[in-house]
Amino acid sequence: MARIEISGVSKVYPGNVEAIKDLSLSINDGELVVLVGPSGCGKSTLLRMIAGLETITGGTISIGETVVNKLEPAERDIAMVFQNYALYPHMSVRGNLEYGLKNRGTQRAEIDKRVADAARILEIEAFLDRKPRQLSGGQRQRVAMGRAIVRQPKAFLFDEPLSNLDAKLRAHMRVEIRRLQRALGTTSVYVTHDQLEAMTLADKLVVMNGGVIEQVGKPLDVYSDPQSLFVAAFMGSPGMNLIDIESLRAIGADLPGSIPTATGTVGVRPEDIVLEKPAGPHLTIAATLDAVELVGSESLVYANAKGIEKDIILRSSGIHRGNPGDVLALHIPHSALHSFARESGRKVAAA
Amino acid sequence: MQTKRTIFSNKGLPYLLLAPQLAITIVFFIWPAAQAVKSSFEREDPFGLRTSFVWFQNYTRLFTDPNYLNSFGRTLIFAVSVTFLAMAIALLLAAAVNRLIRSSNVYTTLLVWPYAVAPVVAGILWWFMFNPSIGILPYALGQFGITWNHRTSGTDAMILVIIAATWKQISYNFLFFLAGMQSIPNSLTEAAAIDGAGPFKRFWTIVFPLLSPTTFFLMIININYAMFDTFGIIDGTTSGGPNQATNILVYKVYDDGFLGLNIGSSAAQSVILMLIVIALVFVQFRFIERRVQY
Repeated sequence: MARIEISGVSKVYPGNVEAIKDLSLSINDGELVVLVGPSGCGKSTLLRMIAGLETITGGTISIGETVVNKLEPAERDIAMVFQNYALYPHMSVRGNLEYGLKNRGTQRAEIDKRVADAARILEIEAFLDRKPRQLSGGQRQRVAMGRAIVRQPKAFLFDEPLSNLDAKLRAHMRVEIRRLQRALGTTSVYVTHDQLEAMTLADKLVVMNGGVIEQVGKPLDVYSDPQSLFVAAFMGSPGMNLIDIESLRAIGADLPGSIPTATGTVGVRPEDIVLEKPAGPHLTIAATLDAVELVGSESLVYANAKGIEKDIILRSSGIHRGNPGDVLALHIPHSALHSFARESGRKVAAA
Repeated sequence: MQTKRTIFSNKGLPYLLLAPQLAITIVFFIWPAAQAVKSSFEREDPFGLRTSFVWFQNYTRLFTDPNYLNSFGRTLIFAVSVTFLAMAIALLLAAAVNRLIRSSNVYTTLLVWPYAVAPVVAGILWWFMFNPSIGILPYALGQFGITWNHRTSGTDAMILVIIAATWKQISYNFLFFLAGMQSIPNSLTEAAAIDGAGPFKRFWTIVFPLLSPTTFFLMIININYAMFDTFGIIDGTTSGGPNQATNILVYKVYDDGFLGLNIGSSAAQSVILMLIVIALVFVQFRFIERRVQY
């Protein structure tokens, strides 16, 4: 178990493609950090640099007290769970679990003990002698996890480990990974493009975009207080409604007087828009209903307001019974508004 | 598996459509093979005027003929050496090219060239390079005090044909090994690297076992090649000599039949070769799918 310290790290691929730009991040001992972002944001590259599978162009990465830039993957004492599991197809499950220990010259008795422990924890004892191809997706996933935990490494690295599973199994394994990580207390870095997975798993959430970190924080903090337009739109499903402030002014919306002057865009979460007039200060937009998506427990209402380009989405609990063309009054409490600067897209604090 | 099924309204049509293929097979393969089987039981006088049926005499004579048994031994040495060397060198080259990222296509193209060279040309090429009077290699070897003369030394002659035959087969093996390696996901070797295996250990414990279907397939193909497709190379370099040292089975068939005009014995030899091919192909189809699997 160890801290991971990433300081000023960059990655430039041949042809001057900059995948990671001067990135710094510290990961505390025992923490589960989730790197989330759209594809191509550099999150997998960063993980592979920690693992030693990609060279580091600039900056340093240290695991524990050691700078690992020049170390081979094997010498970094980390374990990785791959998206396609990367189980050795010609070895039995037991062979897969033992491989890393044998390579390190672990004693036979110790190997047997660790494999037995891991198999018990992951409930894969019944198929220790089977080949990976005889296992289901979920079972393979467990074996891949097993291969990581028998090694008792300083850190676990997860590279989108759940994206090959069906939705139900994914939700189940998500909970298990969380439970397992808590129980073992091993520092973990987890890469995903699924923001739901990121929200539910993370101790610390790192939102990445274009090779840089957009925001780091506790999942709920990132959700409720996004520091940039990108984070606002990326986190949440659907993401935050982002409306150009000029178009709001043009339709005479009752913006709060405290709104910072630098604001170019205001944002509001779909669940913060209400249809009944709230008590506190608020602004109101007249809109016509475009479409309703019934999810079951809640409804997503798409409404089109005159003078505002994009549909405004609001989330109402239960089933919203309305028809396209209905006229709605969308009420947005002033307290639910987020302001983002015109040029940079960064959050601007209320004056 | 789903099979495509076409219903013909006219019963004769399917046979008519198959006829060209069947005709070619019968005229060019079945008939000569049958002729060979027939001739192998016969004995012809030197002028081809009288033919008598001699049962298995041609076969029994072969297996008591020291020349034939010697040829069997030579073939074994030749086939095992060529198969082993061609596969080992190809595996090494494939492993090397597989590590390259940008220039791998160039190397692949260059390494495949020998395959396009006709066997006789390949033979003559090596014969020329190793020519004791004008070749560059005997000259170079001479500088180190090694005398090379494949015209008098049976060992030298065997080494020469092994080199020529191996050189020509490396390309084929290389392509298959490279394709096999490229179909192994990168994440497997990465996982092994994290699991503490060095490059050599990764190769022998992960990559090589996963290549075993390819290896087995190539082994059969290479034995087949060395035993039957190397006629041109032998003919272009040593013509079976000196003193029978490189007279492998397939060359002996030609030597005895076309040069020695002993048709009966030659036919019996080719029937034995045919049985060996059938056995190899049987092994290939029977075991390749089932045994070598992970």
